[in-house]
Amino acid sequence: MSRLITRRNFLRSSAVAGSGLILAGCDQFNFLGDKTNPVRHVMEQANVLTYNVQRTLIGDQTLAREYSASEIRQGQRPNGSTDPSTPEYTFLKMQNFEPYRLTIKGMVEREVSFSLAELRNMPVRSQITRHDCVEGWSCIAKWTGTPLGPILDMAGVKPHARFCVYHCYDNIQRTLSGDILYYESSDLVDAYHPQTILSYGLNDQVLPVANGAPVRLRIERALGYKQPKYLHTIELVDDLSAFGKGKGGYWPDQGYDWYGGI
Amino acid sequence: MSETSGLSTAKGPLIYRQSVWTRVTHWIWAICLFFLLLTGLQIFNAHPALYIGQESGFEYENAILEIGAINTDAGPRGQTTIFGNTFDTTGVLGMSGAAERPTFTAFPGALTIPGYRDLGTGRVVHFFFGWIFVATIFIWFVASFVNGHIRRDIVPKPSDIAGLPRDVVDHATLRFKHGRSYGPLQKLAYFSVFFILFPLIVLTGLTMSPGMDAAWPWLLDIFGGRQTARTIHFVVMLLLVAFFIVHIVMVLAAGPFNELRSMLSGWYRASPGTPTVEGDRP
Repeated sequence: MSRLITRRNFLRSSAVAGSGLILAGCDQFNFLGDKTNPVRHVMEQANVLTYNVQRTLIGDQTLAREYSASEIRQGQRPNGSTDPSTPEYTFLKMQNFEPYRLTIKGMVEREVSFSLAELRNMPVRSQITRHDCVEGWSCIAKWTGTPLGPILDMAGVKPHARFCVYHCYDNIQRTLSGDILYYESSDLVDAYHPQTILSYGLNDQVLPVANGAPVRLRIERALGYKQPKYLHTIELVDDLSAFGKGKGGYWPDQGYDWYGGI
Repeated sequence: MSETSGLSTAKGPLIYRQSVWTRVTHWIWAICLFFLLLTGLQIFNAHPALYIGQESGFEYENAILEIGAINTDAGPRGQTTIFGNTFDTTGVLGMSGAAERPTFTAFPGALTIPGYRDLGTGRVVHFFFGWIFVATIFIWFVASFVNGHIRRDIVPKPSDIAGLPRDVVDHATLRFKHGRSYGPLQKLAYFSVFFILFPLIVLTGLTMSPGMDAAWPWLLDIFGGRQTARTIHFVVMLLLVAFFIVHIVMVLAAGPFNELRSMLSGWYRASPGTPTVEGDRP
């Protein structure tokens, strides 16, 4: 009999505790927002699992769906920075991006750089794809540019390079101690993917400033924050910890998953 | 399985009704769904609108739900638009909290994890519990197929369909039969959850992943686009919340102590007159 009462008391107290959990709202889980919290660190391992499973499941060359021209029903919605105010970018914009150069550096055989005219003379790829924002919305648009893979081959990626870091003119966050510049990174699978292009055209027009002029990288099997706008330098590295807060991108530094394929 | 006398006593026999697989997966799901719901609402708050189609209409209309706040002469108000009909939802949706310091989120902070806007954290927690949820579904299906739980208790038999009207009347008059297996309405409810709602919410969740859309492009075809999948994901969430409410009400109505005991220890007090079998306790 005593066992029964114990169990009954247990049930009663768990019911009280359970209802308290709901009534008090969810502020008691706010600690999960603390990026140094060990519980959060354990939970973030789920993103590593997602990355590894998706890399196994999705062929390295498998394309993201491409849509027909009739499915472009609106302009590409700009998000994040829409007009960077760094002096370098303002100057380039005033010069109609004439002095712009895209540089490939880091763990490469030879550092190379290209003007916008040179990029436009390289093999062209156009693709009508769906842009998925981490916020939840999607937008279909036609992106035109040149594939990144052959350009990386021109620079000669060294065997121990593992990531591309994408440096941008975009001062996405302005703080008292100076501007924080947007950057992103990807593995070499995404960098060499056939749909990964340095895009300079959007919906058959020159890429507008709001969407990342003069050059925006497209990584079509990932969310919008993995598609850096206002790109100027691609750096081959074997470790991401030296950049920003070490998570591999501006948004990953804010607590978003680095892979961005989900 | 020797049936002893069907002697009717004041108390029915204590039967071992829920296997350890059923009990453990039940409580793991309860925890998972709690976090998945509250982080899901956090994620929804980042773009509180639902659309039909591949994409979100910004220059044309394909939204079926929009939650937001507007400025009026009398100050800001929360409003919700469903299928073109707009409702004032101040205090609950679009605008909530203290009148002098309102917060302008679609769902109020009391229903989200964290309790403030933090999409990145919401996603971390959502995907963590999403993995556990899916793994537990897999374990449940294998275990319940092997131990006969699916065949015995979940899939409705022709006799269950025949007994459905009677079961509806019994439920409406709060006369519950506590047998070895589930009644027709119970079977239908659990069958819908396991074979319709759980697969739907997992697959529509995967359809929102651009990586999975490349791997399994048929996901986009069966759901009619990523944005439709997101809408279905939300609707299935509402159906699971409805299931949860009915589930709790039925547990309370049918005898919370007995029901909770069976989901904790496996032992369940059957109705008087239930034929006893070997292994039952008095």
